[in-house]
Amino acid sequence: MAYKTIVEDNIDILVCGAGLGGTGAAWEARFWGQDKKVVIAEKANIDRSGAVAQGLYAINCYMGTRWGENNPEDHVRYARIDLMGMVREDLLFDMARHVDSTVHQFEEWGLPLMRDPKTGAYQREGRWQIMIHGESYKPIVAEAAKKSADTIYNRICVTHLLMDESKENRVAGAVGFNVRTGNYHVFKSKTVIVAAGGASMIFKPRSVGEGAGRVWYAPWSSGSAYGLLINAGAKMTQMENRIVLARFKDGYGPVGAYFLHLKTRTQNCNGEEYESKWWPQLQEMVGKEYLDPEASHRTHRPIPTCLRNHAFLNEVNAGRGPIHMVTMEAFQDPHLEEVGWENFLGMTVGQAVLWAATDVDPKNENPELTTSEPYVMGSHATGCGAWCSGPEDVSPPEYFWGYNRMTSVEGLFGAGDAVGGTPHAFSSGSFTEGRLAAKAACKYIDDGKADGIRVSDSQINKRKEEIYKPLEHYKIYRNEVVAGSVNPNYINPRQGLDRLQKLMDEYCGGVTVSYMTNEKLLNIGLKKMHILEEDLDKLAAEDIHELLRAWELKHRVRTAESVFHHTLFRKETRWPGYYYRGDYMKLDDKNWHHLTVSRRDPKTGEYTMEKAPCYHLVDKDEAPAEPEKAEA
Amino acid sequence: MPTFVYMTRCDGCGYCVDICPSDIMHIDETTRRAYNIEPNMCWECYSCVKACPHHAIDVRGYADFAPLGHSVRVDRDEERGTIAWKIKFRDGREKNFLSPITTKPWGKHIPQLADVPAPDQSMRDSQLLFNEPKYIRMDEGDLHTLEAAGLKLKEGVYY
Ligand SMILES: Cc1cc2nc3c(=O)[nH]c(=O)nc-3n(C[C@H](O)[C@H](O)[C@H](O)COP(=O)(O)OP(=O)(O)OC[C@H]3O[C@@H](n4cnc5c(N)ncnc54)[C@H](O)[C@@H]3O)c2cc1C
Ligand code: SF4
Ligand code: SF4
Repeated sequence: MAYKTIVEDNIDILVCGAGLGGTGAAWEARFWGQDKKVVIAEKANIDRSGAVAQGLYAINCYMGTRWGENNPEDHVRYARIDLMGMVREDLLFDMARHVDSTVHQFEEWGLPLMRDPKTGAYQREGRWQIMIHGESYKPIVAEAAKKSADTIYNRICVTHLLMDESKENRVAGAVGFNVRTGNYHVFKSKTVIVAAGGASMIFKPRSVGEGAGRVWYAPWSSGSAYGLLINAGAKMTQMENRIVLARFKDGYGPVGAYFLHLKTRTQNCNGEEYESKWWPQLQEMVGKEYLDPEASHRTHRPIPTCLRNHAFLNEVNAGRGPIHMVTMEAFQDPHLEEVGWENFLGMTVGQAVLWAATDVDPKNENPELTTSEPYVMGSHATGCGAWCSGPEDVSPPEYFWGYNRMTSVEGLFGAGDAVGGTPHAFSSGSFTEGRLAAKAACKYIDDGKADGIRVSDSQINKRKEEIYKPLEHYKIYRNEVVAGSVNPNYINPRQGLDRLQKLMDEYCGGVTVSYMTNEKLLNIGLKKMHILEEDLDKLAAEDIHELLRAWELKHRVRTAESVFHHTLFRKETRWPGYYYRGDYMKLDDKNWHHLTVSRRDPKTGEYTMEKAPCYHLVDKDEAPAEPEKAEA
Repeated sequence: MPTFVYMTRCDGCGYCVDICPSDIMHIDETTRRAYNIEPNMCWECYSCVKACPHHAIDVRGYADFAPLGHSVRVDRDEERGTIAWKIKFRDGREKNFLSPITTKPWGKHIPQLADVPAPDQSMRDSQLLFNEPKYIRMDEGDLHTLEAAGLKLKEGVYY
């Protein structure tokens, strides 16, 4: 192979993926490790990479203790009820008590935060959300990371983590390739912080042609955070907890600001409110602990997002779709109209493009909503990800093994979507988690925990061979057939992706089956996954760009496999509206008030599943207040 | 499709290639102009559109559901710290918006953490991050602990 091998040695902290979590990690690492070598390896260009590439119109996680608004424990209550109990409260509490300092720094760095002219406090969109002009959010945090990192490698797709050969279950760096030059990059590092983001497109999207790329989470969110960690043998948690979002149809425009700030509401085809009609039936399914509309009216306690999806889906299935967002009232106010449009322009421009293309002006017409295909991610309103240690002053023994945000592999840390059980961290919380992981990684090194790491050339060479195999495979078999994309000896990454999406959709509860699955379907799906994996060995890449797609696919497949195992393990429907186990339709607290934890044995590929205790730090009661809807 | 490039405006400078998070803006080797090599992996994120110095890149909505005849144009001005949008509906109506992108000049307001005083041991042993506790409440108050909030760990369901 003509590609050069480039080795970067003696790295202290390697940050894999620099979206919001990774930039936070690189920034903070410099403070705690002023003499340490901090390196970033990022698949795109950190100025515009990750889920925040377009920008954001709101910071969705801000306590506002400075203004006497909320305390961290309030946020734990909120995230917990929204996820129907299943969260890591230690991690949530820890993120929430630091997140305000992150946001205050953002403002100092120049991020335009809107303020309430009367109180001087940040302009709230909802209880947890503050409004920003966030088009340049990503370039601003990238500037912070650039100031702290020793070297930034843009356009490196990290494919594998390197493992220490002198001590089992300890990380030793990572490898990948440059998606432009094709060069092989080896990063030997004492610690690795994985912040490579969640997974879009593992389920079939609603659109299947050109628009298959207009998904909600970015098309480049390939679940690498999970793929890298699972392959290294890290324990994962809550991977069954995929998210389905109610969004503006086809454009995936966010609805949070509309509900919260513009005070819009939804209605069915007859112009009726429909949600409350479904509550009694749903209450039987999930129990009053999780659905208590009266309590929700009295207090800040939101109705879980998934349950509101459930009402939406049932109303549509009953033949009373489409569901509309009532915008015509709010949009008569020119200020609110502007907010409504800028919400998209700063975050999901495609929604504005779509409305322009279809002559939809929400001032004169109530736009359609729909539910998205499922996504797997850990920082938005769901909590998939690695089983990580919490902070020492908060976590019980089962949740604590020495270093904050360290996975079950030594020296391997996570941030943002990579960390499991911490939903509702969003952008600011992901950046904060990066900061926490960086401090802990420095401590880990200072404690001598990374001494004596050994990586053999044979490990490095083996990975190299694996990485470029799709190119080799293409070369060998390309000329067996005349032309075109049909070849009996290989599939290309797009074909593999289509297959993955189809089988996730049909067997693991995607859109076309109304998010429904059961044990039989899951087992058939898993069998097909294994055969897909055999075919991935014969994946062919025509050029370096396709090689990038090949590795994204491999990470997606690994993520999807984990979702299958977790969904099979949790024998209940914990989150109706996100997905249903048709064979266990009811939520079952007696047997399943637990967190799920899996580990894939890197040698055999076998999964071991276990239940971990779900501890609660915070009691339920809260002072009565205005009712509120959850952000999704 | 969804992004596309006006041939006559593009000079092949490669800014769009440098920025696209999906790695799909490439330079055509024959024409030396940029083009989107994989439309169905495009997010309409406008990163390339904003980066193009010649306004040579435009977006058309996805053919699956977006009829022709619309446009959403953008002008991002780093010096002025603003972004301007022009939305043209199919039926000819127009909407214009202008927002700030930053409140401070680029490059100057984020400190170099290598130059700030190093944290002492007590800070290292605490739960504090850089600039904390001050930056949490912008006063001298301390970090939130469980005890301070009167909280204890419990297992199981009780809410
Ligand atoms: C449409 C949308 C709207 C949202 N709205 C809001 C909002 O209003 N407010 C809010 O606070 N949050 C919002 N969020 C959530 C927020 O964007 C995420 O919570 C946050 O970005 C997650 O951070 P992360 O670092 O885990 O992942 P990301 O920011 O996605 O970063 C992952 C990084 O890893 C890189 N990467 C991936 N794979 C590899 C690999 N193999 N090798 C190297 N690098 C790799 C990627 O290029 C990327 O830079 C929104 C997200 C989306 C998609
Ligand atoms: S809009 Fe975004 S994803 Fe599409 S080509 Fe431009 S930079 Fe790439
Ligand atoms: S940035 Fe504009 S001018 Fe430069 S290569 Fe891309 S399309 Fe052409």
